[in-house]
Order: sequence, then C-alpha cells, then structure tokens
Amino acid sequence: MSAEPVLPRVLPLGDAAVQVLLSEASVPDAAVNQQALALAALLRDAGLASVADVVPAYASVTLHLAPGARLSALLDALPPLLREAGGAASTVGRLIEVPVRYGGEDGADLDALAQSLDLTPAELVARHVAPVYRVAMLGFRPGFPYLLGLDPRLAAPRRASPRTRVPAGSVGIAGLQTGIYPDAAPGGWQLIGRTALTLFDPRRDPPALFAPGDQLRFVVESLCA
Amino acid sequence: MSFTVLTPGLETTVQDLGRSGFRQLGVALGGALDPLALQAGNALLGNAPAAAGLEFALTGPTLRAETEQLIAVLGAGSAATLDGRPLPRAQPVRLAAGSVLKLGPLTDGARSWLCVAGGLALASVLGSCSTDLSAGFGGLQGRALRAGDRLPVGPLPPAASRLLEQLAARGALAAPWGVAVDRAAPGPLRVLPYADADLRGFRASGWTVAADSNRMGVRLQGAALPVEAGGTRLSAGVAPGAIQLLPSGLPIVLLADAQTIGGYPLLGAVIRADLPRLAQARPGSRLQFEVVSLAEAEAAARLQEAALARLTLAAAARLSAWPWVSRTPAPA
Repeated sequence: MSAEPVLPRVLPLGDAAVQVLLSEASVPDAAVNQQALALAALLRDAGLASVADVVPAYASVTLHLAPGARLSALLDALPPLLREAGGAASTVGRLIEVPVRYGGEDGADLDALAQSLDLTPAELVARHVAPVYRVAMLGFRPGFPYLLGLDPRLAAPRRASPRTRVPAGSVGIAGLQTGIYPDAAPGGWQLIGRTALTLFDPRRDPPALFAPGDQLRFVVESLCA
Repeated sequence: MSFTVLTPGLETTVQDLGRSGFRQLGVALGGALDPLALQAGNALLGNAPAAAGLEFALTGPTLRAETEQLIAVLGAGSAATLDGRPLPRAQPVRLAAGSVLKLGPLTDGARSWLCVAGGLALASVLGSCSTDLSAGFGGLQGRALRAGDRLPVGPLPPAASRLLEQLAARGALAAPWGVAVDRAAPGPLRVLPYADADLRGFRASGWTVAADSNRMGVRLQGAALPVEAGGTRLSAGVAPGAIQLLPSGLPIVLLADAQTIGGYPLLGAVIRADLPRLAQARPGSRLQFEVVSLAEAEAAARLQEAALARLTLAAAARLSAWPWVSRTPAPA
C-alpha cells in the first residue's frame, strides 16, 4: 500500500508557477473549496513580492511568479504560510440574484433538454432555481463563474456539435455544471436561458460581477416554453 | 504621430508585457510572446521597457508612417522592406513621413515585434495595452489589426528625438548599432515535469507544430499518448508553458493567452527561458523536449535576465552618447 501524499501538496508547474493542492479528490466539494479560498486570501494578504497572481480553484491555489522572481525562493517561503493557513478564517460571500429569461430564443435547448431528462420545461426550471449555488472559482473566460450546487437530476451531456457563437449572458448546463457565458463565444453547453446582467466589464471596478465564494441564486424573470 | 495599416498580416496584435493581477478573475496574462525581444526593442528606442508594440506572425503587416517615426523590428528574420529597400533588423531605423514598411514574410521563425519610439498610444485596460483576442479587449478594440486601422504613437522620448534629427541630417536610414538578442542554443525545449507525471512517452515521441496553434497554445501532432499518463484532477490554475494532454492524447503547450484554469492532465511545463523560443516554432516544424531541474531552469532565467540588463544599459549608453562625432575635446 502506497502512502497517501501529505496535504496540502505543493506542486511546481514549471519555474513560474506553483499549485498548492488541498485535496486529491476528483469531485468538487464546497468545504474544500472554502479552504482553498481562505488560503488564497491568506496568501494574497501575505503580500509576497515574488507573487504576481493568486488564483484559487476548486481545491487548490495557484501562485504565479512576478517577472524576475525565483520559484525556489517561493518554495522556501511557502511552508510556514501553509502551516498558518490551517486556522485561516473563511468568509461568507455575498448572495447575488441572477434574473433569467428561460426558454424561447434565449434558451434554445430548454425544451429538448427537459424532454431528454423526462421533465417538463417548468419542472427543469424549478429545479434550476431551487439551489443556492456557490461560486467556486472564476476562469475559462474572464468573469466566468464555476458554480457548485447543480441538482444532479439536471446533469446533461454537452451538445454533439458546439455552437459557433453563444450570446453573452446565456445560461447553460454541461455535465454536472451550470454556468453563464460572460461574453459571446463558441460553446457546447445546453442553453436553457439568458440573463441581462453583465458578468465582466474590464472598465468596471470591480470588473467581475462575481467573486469566488459568492453565493448565487437564479431567479425566473420569464419562462417561454 | 501615427501609422496606417495597409495590409493587416496574419494575427497582428498590439502587445506589451501583459496584465498581471487579474488572473483570479479568469483574465489571461497576455503580452508579447517574447518579452525579451519587446524589451530589447524598447531599449533601442529609449522607451520604457513595457511600451506597447506590434506582434505579428508569419506574414506580417504593411504599414504607412503618417509622420516621421523611429522604429526597431526584432524577432524572426524576414524579407521586411522599407520603401522597397531591405529593412535593418534590431537597429533603430528612421521612417520618413509617408514611407511604407512591409514587415514580412518571416523566414526563420514564426513571430516578430515592431517597437516604435514613444510606444503605441492605446488605452490601458486592466493595466495593459495587450490585446486579448479571446476576451475581446485591450489593444485596438480587442482584435487583430485590419486594413485601414490607425495606430497612434505616443510622444517621443527626448533621446529618440535627438537620434531622429541626427539620422535625418545625415540622410541615414538606421543608427549604426543594434542588439543581438541571444536565442540560446537551438537544442530541445527544456521541461520541468509536473508532480508524478510520466514523461517518458512524451519525450520519446517526435512532435510537430500543428497549424491551428496560436497565442493560446502550441498544439503538437504526433503519435497520441495514453490519456491516463497525466491522471485526473480537478480543474486548477495553469500557466504559460504548461503542457496539457488533451482528450485526443495529443499535447498542447500553453502560451500567454491561455485560459487561467485548466482541467486537462498536466505533463509538465516548458521553462520560462525557453518560451520565447517556443513562440518561434513554425507550423510543421519539429520540436524536441528534454527534462531539466529547477536549478537549471533558474540558471537559464538568470542568464537571460542578465543579458537583457546588459543590452538595455548598452542601448541607453549608445542613445545618450549620440552624436559622438560632434563632440570636440575640451581645450587643454
């Protein structure tokens, strides 16, 4: 039997970044994500001159080096900080409501997806607005929230052929994830609706509508089925 | 103070040294794929190191200088011309108003950089003028250049103004000095393995650069690797240089415009010092990789930084010493 790796694991990614891994699990977990966000906050507050970016994810925090900084020096500085992180206070994010126009042109896949899941469109929407989701991290595109909390009953495969252009604000489902497209982009998610909120505007302060740790609730603005 | 774009070339974008501090929002680092070339070009012109220039690939744009300009072109060798005459490479060059600069095609690499004294004067978005093509902001409306675009240029640094006057007075095309940006040995790209990834299969394979490579990443073609070679982990932060194994079993090496979060298995990462060399890989060219230690990677980075510092000092000294011929010794 091989020994379990000691957590957190410090995994250099080349000579310009290092991942601090809090769990080896392959399924996201809200409690572990909470820990990752607390660690990210602590590392950001530590104000390490060698670190340009602190990027939390589901179960990890990635530190990106500033130009001219050395990873070996950062690897020496990390262990005391990680020991301290055990007691890092986690903060509760804001609750943000996202009004969605479900179905119709805004959610072109709603009817077919509901049918394939053996639900009515209204039932699917009711299940989509029921949970309070958690923003685990931002990535994929600027401001794109990776959400935890989708009802597993709504899990759905990606479209066989991705759309070449998905309008900004589109709300979709792919696998066990639901998300909102921040800007017009190609995509293979099943689209069930659309919000008028602007998720990311580089000229706004802050540019991203959501921050990791925020809570999110979808609200039915309209339902066209 | 501006250029007009006559032909845009293939994926010509405004780039500086990129935007950091926003990757936790999903904003890519961006910036010149060879930051050394951009900084060396800026040093030649008396610009700040991060002044914005143009990055272009394979074909290169054709530009008309609407006003007199001082420029430097660095990167891959090319058949570039200025009003039909061969354009000196990596030297400060004077463009008279109305002259036409044809930057390409590139001959011995994939990318080059045009630096302009005064820098390209575009609005900074999230702390940088770099174009993020995927997100659609920065540079010129977040997109690649198009024919008819106007590229505004900032105020000339004083040293650049003096140099321009001297070149004009002598009828000279270029200053009689330049920089040699060291491309290091042309050997394999140096890689640090990620965690317990097994790189034997990756290193043993022959890889060629796929045609659909871009600023987000260099896609590799060859015999597909078993996908389990990288293991499964939750999506986590990734960095330029990271080598991901796609579901096809083919690797991609991320570049500056890559996504900030990645879920594909990681094999390792090309070291920082070799990323400029990777950016020069033309579609169809062969790539080889060798595993090095972190100490070797950091020694390579240190050498590169020292070379850039020397070159920057030398360029500044040349600029401020000009014109040496008119200096007369003080009377005894």
